[in-house]
Amino acid sequence: MNRDGYPDSYIRGILNTVKTIAMVGISPKDNRPSYFAFKYLLERGYHMVPVNPGQAGKEILGQKVYATLADIPEPVDMVDIFRASQFVMPVVQEALALKPKPQVIWMQLGIRNDEAAALAEAAGIKVVMDRCPKIEYGRLSSEISWMGINSRTLSSKRAQNFGGGFQRMGLGINNKREP
Amino acid sequence: MADAERIPGFNTLAIHAGAKPDPTTGARATPIYQTTSFVFDDVDHAASLFGLQAFGNIYTRIGNPTNAVLEERVAALEGGTAGLAVASGHAAQVVVMQTLLMPGDEFVASKKLYGGSINQFNHAFKSFGWQVVWADPDDISSFEKAITPKTKAIFIESIANPGGVITDIEAVSKIARKAGVPLIVDNTLATPYLCKPFNYGADIIVHSLTKFLGGHGNSIGGMIVDGGTFNWSREGRYPMLSEPRPEYSGIVLHETFGNFAFAIACRVLGLRDLGPALSPFNAFLILTGIETLPLRMQRHSDNALAVAEWLSKRPEVAWVSYAGLPGDKYNALAKKYTPKGSGAVMTVGLKGGYDAGVKLVSNVQLFSHLANIGDTRSLIIHPASTTHKQLSDAQKVQAGAGPDVVRLSIGLEDKEDIIADLEQGLTAK
Repeated sequence: MNRDGYPDSYIRGILNTVKTIAMVGISPKDNRPSYFAFKYLLERGYHMVPVNPGQAGKEILGQKVYATLADIPEPVDMVDIFRASQFVMPVVQEALALKPKPQVIWMQLGIRNDEAAALAEAAGIKVVMDRCPKIEYGRLSSEISWMGINSRTLSSKRAQNFGGGFQRMGLGINNKREP
Repeated sequence: MADAERIPGFNTLAIHAGAKPDPTTGARATPIYQTTSFVFDDVDHAASLFGLQAFGNIYTRIGNPTNAVLEERVAALEGGTAGLAVASGHAAQVVVMQTLLMPGDEFVASKKLYGGSINQFNHAFKSFGWQVVWADPDDISSFEKAITPKTKAIFIESIANPGGVITDIEAVSKIARKAGVPLIVDNTLATPYLCKPFNYGADIIVHSLTKFLGGHGNSIGGMIVDGGTFNWSREGRYPMLSEPRPEYSGIVLHETFGNFAFAIACRVLGLRDLGPALSPFNAFLILTGIETLPLRMQRHSDNALAVAEWLSKRPEVAWVSYAGLPGDKYNALAKKYTPKGSGAVMTVGLKGGYDAGVKLVSNVQLFSHLANIGDTRSLIIHPASTTHKQLSDAQKVQAGAGPDVVRLSIGLEDKEDIIADLEQGLTAK
């Protein structure tokens, strides 16, 4: 995979496949980007699992926080990493030790570790770096277009309402109702 | 199309970018959402929107779905990450500078600019404590000399109004990069059809949508486009982007919104608090104009070149400043930056001076004598007595608006009719 530019089909495929997402490095503070992304993905129907050793045992947005990936008592489809690039490798190694292994390792906007990416890809895991799943979801669902963002998508088909209101657009898989 | 990994061409983007069928009604043309406000889905949704945690609509001063289509359209045409529509080109400049500068800061600007911008920078911006330092686009080193530790941005026009000056964007962008400040390019006269400043190192583009993008002389509007290229957090010199914002419970916009953080900052700090929102009806008219932008800009440029060639041979004419003319001082830069054509606007020096200028604007029948450019109609003005009147005589000459100068904005009429009108206007008693 070209790590500088991911095709929309690749990103869409990931967001339409994964169901359980462990977010490593989530902050309990509601003004932090990790909290924003966690809340957004939770609202879009993903099963979100917070991972933060300093918050272990507490809840974030009603979800129980675990100290490590290994502590999560269920399979995880995607590990979303909110840690600085130099701290990514141990998280990826921890993810690779899970049974079953996750399908996707996702490093947040501004985070890139090519060595860790190569390790994950060698284990057959899809990798995304330097992207935010919230922004990518909003971009591919057209919801982000309301903010004047260049979604880099064109379509003569209308965007799909996620359901539960007028202002939530969806990618399809978790939609509460078809439009 | 969304999943096809091909990049659409300019004509396709001009029609489709940002404008999927309306999600609720399926309306194919972009609806005019002529409403002040938008119902929240529920209380939590409202809180999420106000906290910038969700993408959506609150109030038309902050965003509107019709305006959003226009924003995405222009961002896509320029190759930027995001756009922000505002009430006018001047409003775009205020919002951009308010996001970048604190009182006491400076910015460097080309002294060959639209006269209205020169006035805004010299006078209105002073009351905000923003100091303009002028540089000469004909002497690129003057930009470097003007940089100080207080400099926060460099501002140029791609094709300058009204002189037909083309600025060496790439050379100025290298100076901006070295100084660690963003390069802002006003791309109004060129439009992205003729020139793509982001390809030459611009970081931010501003537009008066009033001109060629709208193109029909019916709506005032402005646009800010974020190139997504500038690292706002590197030195902490842009606190609107790199510091926790008390307006939004401590959010840091750059880390939250990445490569479109500048456009978001302009929206949620600038537009929200300064207030120059664009009417959705204007956005609709401008969007309709943009659908034909490539066709119009080519015709504008082709007609203008024919008129410039004709004028340059007339005995009443001392000189023609149009970068598309072979032999023009800016022709080499035009070939690099605007290879498809040099736009609609030119200035003409009349041998008869001020009186000849007054005579020409009085005698034309097809040209309209008014203070605008970028209409389907051919337009004429005598800048020394109108748009540039507030400038000193020296500033007028510097800006290419001396007493003998007439500015033309060539329209989309038959070029034979445009030339015939100028001929009778020049020769009438």
